[in-house]
Amino acid sequence: MSNIKYLILRRITQIGLLVLYFGAHAYGWKMLSGTISSSSVLGTIPLSDPFAVLQMLAAGASLGLDVIVGAIIVALFYGIIGGRAFCSWVCPVNMVTDAAAWVRRKLLIDKIERKVWVTRNARYYMIAIALVVSAVAGFAAFEIVSPITIFNRGVIFGFGAGAGLLVAIFLLDLFVLKNGWCGHLCPLGGVHSLLGKYALLSVKHNSDNCTLCMKCKDVCPEVQVLNMIGKRSERVVQPECTNCGRCIDVCDDDALGFDILALGNTK
Amino acid sequence: MSTKNKPEITARRRFFTDAAHHAGLGLLGGLLWAGYADKARSSVLTLRPPAALPEADFLRTCIKCGLCAEACRNRDSNIDKETGKPRPETLKMARADTDGVTVGTPYFVARDVPCYMCDDIPCVPACPTGALDEASVTNDEGELDFRKMDMGLAVVDTNSCIAFWGLQCDLCYRACPLMDEAIKLQYNRNPRTGKHAFLEPVVNKDVCTGCGLCEKACPTEKAAIFVLPREVALGRPGSHYVKGWDKKDQQRVGERKMEDITTHDKRSEKKAADYLNDGVSYE
Repeated sequence: MSNIKYLILRRITQIGLLVLYFGAHAYGWKMLSGTISSSSVLGTIPLSDPFAVLQMLAAGASLGLDVIVGAIIVALFYGIIGGRAFCSWVCPVNMVTDAAAWVRRKLLIDKIERKVWVTRNARYYMIAIALVVSAVAGFAAFEIVSPITIFNRGVIFGFGAGAGLLVAIFLLDLFVLKNGWCGHLCPLGGVHSLLGKYALLSVKHNSDNCTLCMKCKDVCPEVQVLNMIGKRSERVVQPECTNCGRCIDVCDDDALGFDILALGNTK
Repeated sequence: MSTKNKPEITARRRFFTDAAHHAGLGLLGGLLWAGYADKARSSVLTLRPPAALPEADFLRTCIKCGLCAEACRNRDSNIDKETGKPRPETLKMARADTDGVTVGTPYFVARDVPCYMCDDIPCVPACPTGALDEASVTNDEGELDFRKMDMGLAVVDTNSCIAFWGLQCDLCYRACPLMDEAIKLQYNRNPRTGKHAFLEPVVNKDVCTGCGLCEKACPTEKAAIFVLPREVALGRPGSHYVKGWDKKDQQRVGERKMEDITTHDKRSEKKAADYLNDGVSYE
């Protein structure tokens, strides 16, 4: 069990949040209502997607106080504590892309397919494009194509043809580009990378225990962040790490673990 | 060909090619995306929740959270007397396959489930962004007032409305939450029979909120009274038409006199006799 501990915890949070959202609409539960774009906790505390708010501002919207406060709360939480944890602990599309990565490993697709190279910085260009298109179109541009909100709303209000987009993301990750969506293209992931750059929670490597089995690099969706494995004992500092904890799960040698940075201590 | 002529890939060349590559891909993506976004706008016939901002502002301000639809579904008001449960929810969130409504935005189809015009208007305060503007449905006493809702305007197709045929039907009149205000029955003599009256429903545009209860109630196969967004339903006579018999409208033009108003266009540069005869040959 110890090699899937964080995986199970993540699935519980991801699915649990969807259940709460679903119940809020279907049965009037008050715990967490709305959608991942903007929610209300216990009918009082607002939570909103900072990227959606940014696009809306780029589109020239004058926004209510609730949604601004909600975006600030979310940005502070991930900025100070969670890092890019949204992507692996909250975002429902993570389950789709994890499934594609799992099938990829089982079918040994990486060993066979011809490589398509796309920069992992594409997501940052996507942010810029999303903001420009929002300004030109006059509404939040990513929000009309986002598989994240389409998945989330699909669970609450019914999928319809939106399910096709999720199948497309699955096929993209499976047959076109490894970790294509979450690891290369998704601008929301880019925003959360930037937001969580200086967060307190991160994975720490102890190279003294490392046996160079490289299991962590097999499962990591952002494998470039594990560049210190077997070389240096240090924290994962690259902002693209989603704090998913898969590397910690699969490590048999106790060479990886979560680490909460005490303020002022950068080692 | 000698190898000497092979172009050298300098750092400078690499830099400019890379820059062009990135800019080009960015432009390609942006054009595709903007093209799709343009097509993703809602149809002008979309009915929005009460107190929604004008469509362009609504689209830029709505975050697609669905809190209005949730409040609509789980409201305390408008309980169905027969089942003891709230009536079905009016507001839906557009899905990818919903025709003509931007994905993720709230809308309603009056013929399916009209707006029941709850006293407490639960959907509006639920909005976190101001896309549903609470001030627009708040009266002078600071209370939410469903009379101030404006989702659209009911329009009667007098060709297919059976009351205009002379049949007795006042379903829309009775379904209206603002009965005898938003829809009035206009009595007209029926010359075909000589002894009956037409009871014709006529909508007062200043009172109707566009809730759609009339459209839902209409017994014809396809509703003969239906709600359209106000911009679609109404014409615009233009400011130069003045109701001279209406004191208020007359004030609009104030003291302007006819002699002060002259029209200048291309034709008025020449005298009529000149421009009328221009280009005419008398041979």
